[in-house]
Amino acid sequence: MRDRLWIIASLFLFVGFVTYPVWHALVAHVPSRPPSLVLPANEKQCVAPVSYMRASHMKLLLDWRQQVVREDKSKYVAFNGKVYDMSLTRTCLKCHDRQKFCVRCHDYAGVRTPYCWNCHLDPGQIKRSAR
Amino acid sequence: MFMLEKAMVGGRRYWIWVGALLAVIAIAFGFYLHQLSYGLGLTGMSRDVSWGLYIGQFTFMVGVAASAVMVVLPYYLHSHKEFARMTILGEFLAVASVTMCMLFVMIDMGKPMRLFNIFLYPQFHSVMFWDVVALSGYLVLNITITLVTLHAEQQDVHPPGWIKLVILLSIPWAISIHTVTGFLYAGLPGRMAWRTAIMAPRFLASAFAAGPALLILLCFLLRRQTGFDVGRKAIHGLAVIVTYAMVINVFFIAMEFFTAMYSRVPGLTEDFQDLYLGTVSHTSLLPWGRSSMILMAAALVLLLVPALRRNEKTLAVACALVFSSLWIDKGVCMVVGGFIPSPLGTATRYVPTVPEVIITLGVWAVGALMVTVFYKIALSVEIAKETSYVPAYEFARTGGAIGLQAHASSSVVAPGSSATGQAKEEVSERGKQE
Amino acid sequence: MKITRKEFLKISGACLVALSGKNVLAVLDSPVKSQTSSPSARKQLGMIVDTRKCAKAKGCTKCIEACNKAHNVPSFQDPAHQIKWIWERPFVDLFSSYETQYMETSLKEESTPVLCNHCDNPPCVRVCPTGATWKREEDGIVMMDWHRCIGCRYCMAACPYGARSFNWVDPRPHIENLNPDFPTRTRGVVEKCTFCSERLVKGQLPACVEVCPEKALVFGDLNDPKSEIRQMLAKDYTLRRRPELGTGPNVFYLV
Repeated sequence: MRDRLWIIASLFLFVGFVTYPVWHALVAHVPSRPPSLVLPANEKQCVAPVSYMRASHMKLLLDWRQQVVREDKSKYVAFNGKVYDMSLTRTCLKCHDRQKFCVRCHDYAGVRTPYCWNCHLDPGQIKRSAR
Repeated sequence: MFMLEKAMVGGRRYWIWVGALLAVIAIAFGFYLHQLSYGLGLTGMSRDVSWGLYIGQFTFMVGVAASAVMVVLPYYLHSHKEFARMTILGEFLAVASVTMCMLFVMIDMGKPMRLFNIFLYPQFHSVMFWDVVALSGYLVLNITITLVTLHAEQQDVHPPGWIKLVILLSIPWAISIHTVTGFLYAGLPGRMAWRTAIMAPRFLASAFAAGPALLILLCFLLRRQTGFDVGRKAIHGLAVIVTYAMVINVFFIAMEFFTAMYSRVPGLTEDFQDLYLGTVSHTSLLPWGRSSMILMAAALVLLLVPALRRNEKTLAVACALVFSSLWIDKGVCMVVGGFIPSPLGTATRYVPTVPEVIITLGVWAVGALMVTVFYKIALSVEIAKETSYVPAYEFARTGGAIGLQAHASSSVVAPGSSATGQAKEEVSERGKQE
Repeated sequence: MKITRKEFLKISGACLVALSGKNVLAVLDSPVKSQTSSPSARKQLGMIVDTRKCAKAKGCTKCIEACNKAHNVPSFQDPAHQIKWIWERPFVDLFSSYETQYMETSLKEESTPVLCNHCDNPPCVRVCPTGATWKREEDGIVMMDWHRCIGCRYCMAACPYGARSFNWVDPRPHIENLNPDFPTRTRGVVEKCTFCSERLVKGQLPACVEVCPEKALVFGDLNDPKSEIRQMLAKDYTLRRRPELGTGPNVFYLV
């Protein structure tokens, strides 16, 4: 089998190419640190427990969107009884800084936000551009 | 399964043509990417004229797609055997046309990435939802029909019995796609130019004239380029259909004209004034409307005189006139004309921008490429069956390219003649290449 | 039990069709959003535009400015790309079928506010393929969902009043005063007046109504016989735009 060399070489290249995301960071000595998130200064408790928010904050946002836009509701009763306004800009971003909290984790995890910010406003960004 | 390998073999002219189409598609795609990032503001559409060239082309191509039924119906329902070699060509044209329609709608959407919202949140009261259903269904139907019948041709067997049912279904379905598209316009209360009960019948009449006219022209082209002849009787049968459809189309326009001009209701007369009679609106539509009328009249003269219709040169001219006049009428005047004047009385000029035109040409190039590839596949199957002097395995290997060349040079070839010798040389040449 | 491949495929196909048929029936069966209030408590919000009061403030565009500011409506020089939620047109443009050659010339030029009529029978809702625009049960507002709109612009073709605008380009660079309390829109979606639904939730009046210095805009529930708007309608004759189309517009013009 005179092609054995070619086959093994190509296989090697292929495996290397496919597993590139795994080994390139090691080779380039890029330190992999979890992102340093800046937590809100004023509030200690989010609208839902941390474990839920970590796993399912998008689900919560979609649920809020459905209720606000299509069912004309505005108030959300949290798990601890507190009542919040269902708003990305006015509730979520009242506490969280988008650049220092949301973006850092999203960048690390490589999760692109669907185009929320094309329409929804980031008060931190407005303040920054106003300066 | 799709026999695409048959389209991968061809002469120099074939590849130059395919290459040119691919170049146009690539350029147009680049412009479309720019439109995606910049927005539809790249086109000439405006707040008042919110549908333009893209939707106009969509409206016109739905007609061409539906016209396959004008070949299928006589052949399958009435056993009009003369259309035998033409049905596959008509059905392939339908597949390409429907694909073009869907492409035109997608490039016109403000948010094409949300396309599936139509299926996730179907609104059964929306005519546009039913239009999407009808067009998708028609595409699936015609792809099934063409694939199954062509496979059967290739294997030289009868197609399976159930395909007859599918073909019969495609006949009312073809009528329905254009009726639904007509309803898109006719069901709107606010646009007087569109709100006529004969909108869908007008669409059908112009479809059954423009589509078969294009098919006739394609058949002439095929005969010239490849020697594949659908037959004089088929061409002339289809020409009669085009004639009747064109007469009915002009009759319908005359009906609209009478209703508008005799009743003198301003909402109705404005449309005719803008398009044909000249008015103070000074929109850009007047030259288009008048050209369309002149071309239609010329086409009718050439079609109604039997001697002119039977002469293939004048018939070709007539078909070109039919196609272009109806392209102007449905692709430009009808859609844009409905937006002028606007609900608040303004007449906004609509001029397509250069990127808009290039993207449109790109979609046309996609359709042309599909027709080219499909006809190549169909012809290689047909010709392989007809010519029997070159061994069958050579056809399988070369995708019928040899058969096409030999066929073009003469109609009947005896073994040992120069053409066969030429064919044999080709065979050995290709053998050396491989 | 021996079964041929052909038979197996036939049975599976039949099962698939039956299952999907069940889904289709479920969709068709889905109840209309259950009403939390009885039909008599349902509102139909509407507006009266008093053109006589409006004409007193010549050159005033406060309602337009208030709406544009509250909702981050962009401003464009090019009329082709303009976004208009509430804007002004000469009176005869709104009511062209009532124009006569003998009417007072002021009516021909008089600027009159134009906005979405929030029709009883809206053709835009009827044609929307995704339900991105719909008529709300509880208050009759014809609402917009900018998350769902695919930008097909069929609603713009259907609206007999020209009340809808499309975002032909990204609107953000063209917004003069950004209001952080309301989202902007993005290129590729249709927008229009929503009767300030986000202000109504907070118990406020629509921005245009609140800011009008002549109190020319009267807003209220048409289903409530005791409301101010109903009393005004009972007193004076009003015009609606193109009522013969059967759309049932809920914006009334006092002439």
